[in-house]
Amino acid sequence: MAVATASDPSPIQVLADFGKSKSLRTLLRVLILCFIAGAAVSSRLFSVIRFESIIHEFDPWFNFRATKYLVANGFYDFWDWFDDRTWHPLGRVTGGTLYPGLMVTSGAIYHALRAMTIPVDIRNISGLLAAAFMGITPGYISRSVAGSYDNEAIAIFLLVFTFYLWIKALKLGSVLWGALCALFYGYMVASWGGYAFITCLVPLHAFVLICMGRYSTRLYVSYTTWYALGTLASMQIPFVGFLPVRTSEHMPALGIFGFLQLVAFIYYIRSALSGAQFKAFLFVGLGAVFGLALLALVAMTSAGYIAPWSGRFYSLWDTGYAKIHIPIIASVSEHQPTAWPAFFFDLNMLIWLFPAGVYLCFQDLKDEHVFVVVYALFGSYFAGVMVRLMLTLTPIVPPKAKDPEQEDVADISSKKTKQSAGSLRSANSPYVGVYSFLSKGLVSGIMTIYLLLFVLHCTWVTSNAYSSPSVVLASRMPDGSQHIIDDYREAYQWLRQNTKEDAKIMSWWDYGYQIGGMADRPTLVDNNTWNNTHIATVGKAMSSSEEVSYPIMRQHEVDYVLVVFGGLLGYSGDDINKFLWMVRIAEGIWPDEVSERKFFTPRGEYRVDGEATETMKNSLMYKMSYYNYHTLFPPGQAQDRVRGVRLPDTGPVLNTLDEAFTSENWIIRIYKVKDLDNVGRDHAAAASFERGHKKKKATKKRGPRALRVD
Amino acid sequence: MAPKKSQASPAAAPVVTTATTATTVPTVSGPGKKTSSSSSSSATTSSEAWSNVVTNILKHYQKTTPQRTKLIDLFMAFLVVVGGLQFVYCVVAGNYPFNAFLSGFSATVGQFVLTASLRIQTTEANKADFPSVSPERAFADYVVGSLILHFFCVNFIN
Repeated sequence: MAVATASDPSPIQVLADFGKSKSLRTLLRVLILCFIAGAAVSSRLFSVIRFESIIHEFDPWFNFRATKYLVANGFYDFWDWFDDRTWHPLGRVTGGTLYPGLMVTSGAIYHALRAMTIPVDIRNISGLLAAAFMGITPGYISRSVAGSYDNEAIAIFLLVFTFYLWIKALKLGSVLWGALCALFYGYMVASWGGYAFITCLVPLHAFVLICMGRYSTRLYVSYTTWYALGTLASMQIPFVGFLPVRTSEHMPALGIFGFLQLVAFIYYIRSALSGAQFKAFLFVGLGAVFGLALLALVAMTSAGYIAPWSGRFYSLWDTGYAKIHIPIIASVSEHQPTAWPAFFFDLNMLIWLFPAGVYLCFQDLKDEHVFVVVYALFGSYFAGVMVRLMLTLTPIVPPKAKDPEQEDVADISSKKTKQSAGSLRSANSPYVGVYSFLSKGLVSGIMTIYLLLFVLHCTWVTSNAYSSPSVVLASRMPDGSQHIIDDYREAYQWLRQNTKEDAKIMSWWDYGYQIGGMADRPTLVDNNTWNNTHIATVGKAMSSSEEVSYPIMRQHEVDYVLVVFGGLLGYSGDDINKFLWMVRIAEGIWPDEVSERKFFTPRGEYRVDGEATETMKNSLMYKMSYYNYHTLFPPGQAQDRVRGVRLPDTGPVLNTLDEAFTSENWIIRIYKVKDLDNVGRDHAAAASFERGHKKKKATKKRGPRALRVD
Repeated sequence: MAPKKSQASPAAAPVVTTATTATTVPTVSGPGKKTSSSSSSSATTSSEAWSNVVTNILKHYQKTTPQRTKLIDLFMAFLVVVGGLQFVYCVVAGNYPFNAFLSGFSATVGQFVLTASLRIQTTEANKADFPSVSPERAFADYVVGSLILHFFCVNFIN
């Protein structure tokens, strides 16, 4: 808060005095907060203005579908929902394997609005819900623009609010706040798998406090209340179930819980005993208990009662781990280590204000500041390891970064910086600031410029980078007008209208949710990657030759195959570029049938042109992508614009599939799987006959029409 | 906040007994036996010094604890016994309805912790730590916390 200490009455001084009166200050604060809320909501509406009200990305499509199901069938059916339209032929126990927080929230909003007789569609809620929370930092906006109907939309708000309640509980030592914190923690668990971040951070904070000799009875009250209630609350979610007592991720919380009991007991004993006796007691008693507890934990882990750390967790410590052991995790772009530019892109100037804020925390170290420091450390580390976890860092940066700013503008009545920083406000003391008028003006001027630049950057990032839905692509025409490329929706609409209700679509898992949501057709695999083998099966079908793939597709009753091809348009996120991951994942299950090496030329290049390896040219994915592609160009001119290579004049030959649909810009290509041949020939022979080649030795009798199994 | 060195916390007296119940020795009862686990694990030191320690603690407890708090302690001891029994049952007879065991056990643990919090908050010596919590407020919080706890337990029990 502005504390003016200068003696000469300058205009700024007057302003400062003006801002000092208490009621005015409250008014200003409310006004500014309202403006911030308005800015936050409107900046998230960029995507709606630039495109239209549609759902972006991949996961939101599933959330959308689940919400529709919830609203249509009610809560209990939702719990027991077995979805037979995904993961064909396995199906998915959806009710027990999702985080229901988001769907339940929007379902509740939907019913509430309905009750108020405001006619709404779930579509609208899903769009606006995301826009309703939190500040303006791009890192967070990436997950909460209108239309991005994802778990994180509410989860980050809940994360911050849980932390806020935790601090509050710790400060007051009140059971009520602890219980509230536990309730919101439960809500958080219901919404996002990232709840483990809270589960680890809060105990860590408690542990650090104890180690620093800052144990207090308030810590005992708030932590034990939070843990006892919060753990029970988290176990109510079927997906989480017994995990809190079974997996190592949750053990720190339990351990600290026990440890706190011990510490509390020791403090009690200390008040009752003399020094020497206490010492003897402490060493023997404590050592024994601690050793026994550790032994028990190790024994139970090795005996299999407590699962060791999961693979996703290992990949947090060793970034190379996932690549070697679980390609499916490494293949997700969100799980890649963060590049340095990304930090700057998302946080802009906050990135250098952040350390200064942490430093200021040490100046006036209280329990809550310790929390902030611990959070800052871990948040930074995790954000560096995984792009996705950048999200967890984002909430802490603005409040921290605002501290030094505040220091700078402490003398000037510029309250804007403080409130623009967001919700988690920490206590601040009067600063000894800059006194002369010139330096004051200089510093405040520079800060204002920086702030303006920051706002500009945020707006730019929001409108350009994070508001473009991956479903609809935008490009510029030569004359500068915007051109919308809508191939995805075109193709999904085609599927919806031209295929049977239960036609099974095979595609790479990225598009599973979208096909389920937009085309309403059963899929083999989708973005909920619960069955690695099934995904590998699809990978194998895509990366093998037709003779191998066809039986696989028949066995899985595949009717259509969908591939994404960006060669014509230069759209780089296509399946050929993702192809190596399919190969790797398939190789993980069938190492002797699929080999990544065979897709590289002897010189180790990944090529798709005339120099490509035979395995590559024969793979189903390659054939589907480039089938008939050369006919678009004059002879010898066929070109792949993504990989920037010239293609051979003769395109691949497809025997077992028929081209069913190709979208306007060739981004989506759909193939129909042929039925078995009427006269019992194999497809290669049949197709060759169709083309008019006479087989020299076609006399060989074939058995009855049968499925070929390799 | 530096730790209080004075007569601060008769706080979570039998608290450690749950800690040990959960992990190691599930047979403790009564606030008077607070040190039983530790004294048993320290046979190396002379037994005289240890009986000294125990009597000191007992004396201190008798002297400083008001009647009402003793009532709370009794309840906590009861919870420890119930929790211990459940744990023993789980170890001996298997944990088949794991839901039921978990909710039963966490009901006792949770109630214990809440009661301990109530005890801490209502103890005279801790007044300075809780400027905003009056004994009435503490009791109201306690009731709310218990209600939430038992709601979850009943919901989880199957």
